[in-house]
Amino acid sequence: MPVFDLATTTLRELNQSLHGLDKSGANEQFEVTNPRGAHAVAVGIDAPVDVTINGSVGYYCAGMNETANITVNGNAGPGVAENMMSGKVVIKGDASQYAGATAHGGLLVIEGNASSRCGISMKGIDIVVKGNIGHMSAFMAQSGNLVVLGDAGDALGDSLYEARLFVRGTVKSLGADCIKKEMRPEHIDILTKLLADAGISDVKPEEFTRYGSARELYNFNIDNADAY
Amino acid sequence: MSHKNPVTTPRKSATFDDYTMSEIRRAAATGIYDIRGSGAKRKVPHFDDLLFLGASMSRYPLEGYREKCETAVTLGTRFAKKPIELKIPITIAGMSFGSLSGPAKEALGRGATIAGTSTTTGDGGMTEEERGHSETLVYQYLPSRYGMNPRDLKRADAIEIVVGQGAKPGGGGMLLGQKISDRVAHMRNLPKGIDQRSACRHPDWTGPDDLEIKIQELREITDWEKPIFIKVGGARPYYDVALAVKAGADVIVLDGMQGGTAATQEVFIEHVGQPTLACIRPAVKALQDMGMHRKVQLIVSGGIRNGADVAKALALGADAVSIGTAALVAIGDNDPKWEEDYNALGTTAGAYDDWHEGRDPAGITTQDADLMKRVDPIAAGRRLANYLKVMTLEAQTIARACGKNHVHNLEPEDLCALNIEAAAMAGVPLAGTSWVPGQGGF
Repeated sequence: MPVFDLATTTLRELNQSLHGLDKSGANEQFEVTNPRGAHAVAVGIDAPVDVTINGSVGYYCAGMNETANITVNGNAGPGVAENMMSGKVVIKGDASQYAGATAHGGLLVIEGNASSRCGISMKGIDIVVKGNIGHMSAFMAQSGNLVVLGDAGDALGDSLYEARLFVRGTVKSLGADCIKKEMRPEHIDILTKLLADAGISDVKPEEFTRYGSARELYNFNIDNADAY
Repeated sequence: MSHKNPVTTPRKSATFDDYTMSEIRRAAATGIYDIRGSGAKRKVPHFDDLLFLGASMSRYPLEGYREKCETAVTLGTRFAKKPIELKIPITIAGMSFGSLSGPAKEALGRGATIAGTSTTTGDGGMTEEERGHSETLVYQYLPSRYGMNPRDLKRADAIEIVVGQGAKPGGGGMLLGQKISDRVAHMRNLPKGIDQRSACRHPDWTGPDDLEIKIQELREITDWEKPIFIKVGGARPYYDVALAVKAGADVIVLDGMQGGTAATQEVFIEHVGQPTLACIRPAVKALQDMGMHRKVQLIVSGGIRNGADVAKALALGADAVSIGTAALVAIGDNDPKWEEDYNALGTTAGAYDDWHEGRDPAGITTQDADLMKRVDPIAAGRRLANYLKVMTLEAQTIARACGKNHVHNLEPEDLCALNIEAAAMAGVPLAGTSWVPGQGGF
């Protein structure tokens, strides 16, 4: 298995090596050591390879990932897995702001806590956070699922579109146009699958509350002006 | 015999003029602010307030029909492995598919390619029409990230990070439900028919320090091949340009308040941001102060209409200009041949700006399948190419008259201003004097 030691190898060499790989599913494995908070580690990969990063990373780790499985054995800085298209990213520690921002697909698992604006403008990604999430999470979230085993901060789901939010703990406050919704059987099915995909077996889907858009702000109405 | 006292002529208020009163009545009736497309319509100091001095005893000109005057420009020489080479210093500004029809985007690509220049995507992603017909395509990276994906990022020729635009510095985009067709909705991953409000700032970075890291990520994803542009509205040009350089831009696009938008609030368009003329010199000074003039290229946009405007922007220090509204006019926007249809919408050719409503008689700012058939992308592309070539010839004509063998050799010393405001903004002398207002202790 190729090992990239970022104490002696440049970030450019690492990312260049991870680009243009065989897309047919070779399942190659790579290891990155000594990331020491480097930014843009393992970004723009478009092949189904496994990348294991031993240590904490800075901004935008796994940005725009397509099909790769990336595991960070540490914490992640802002914007982890931003604009991910597909694949799976697992953060064993905590994640900073904007985790999974604008991402279109794939699965992001954060085993610790996620900071503010988790899932901001998400466009289809599934995010599972085992701990808590910070304020303004799922702001303008368009589609996909955000699953939180812990608590959510202020203004959850502000100006939400069609994304589904599932929170097991408390929600400090809901943002504009975000409301509690009925948990129907199809939502139980979605949660069951997501929890299994995230490797979580000790939590039941029925313990979660679903939140979504009231769709009151979808078309401008002057009488809603105080909501903005 | 009755006596009638003389009466004064009815006089309308300059403050409460006809337009203002109509807007008050409209607001009272509807309860919503006015939304429209295009840029600022108010009169502001502009390139028309500048004149070239030409050659005489102290300068000698180049022969207009014999001696070469180069127009090529290279964008992205600072860091990118693959800078963009353009034949002319006039690019096509970012305009979205969604706000514009597919045939209109195709026409822009065709015209720009014939003329040897670039076109630019907009909010909503990259369409096959424009990628397929644009030899050089700049891919905008916007706060909404609608349609943003790494495949399109990698097949773009440059990346333009949009921080702001001249029509609405500090404001986000807006695409109202009428224009959200199935295709537009799919590209943006949103339900059909809803009002799409694009964010005013990026979701995953805040400030120039973060932007520097974001640019590093984009360069790593694209293997440092693509030039990175940063587009800013005409807000605080000296500091905005300095910070864009610090963040790592290869190219800076500076858009003054006359720059157009697909749709935003009238109050925003007319009351936020600075005129294009006022933005250029502070921007150039920032580049010069940092030793980056001509190393980081500056593209100026907002109200560029003809070759004289191009030449004046270059003389003030820009490397290239960008056109949006003028390009739309060239492909048929506001054409008087649709006057009856404009009248039916309560407007007239030349004034139509309700681009957000999706009922454009010219078929350009619409997603209506029947209306967009009015745009023949091949013929419209040819018109755009013709127009770009005329502008280039005009700029060359002026440059030769000033004795320059490249349009980039034009300089502020070739200019004077017709009024004090323009002289102060452009940093050139008032005509007939050596006075540059705002300099030398005045």
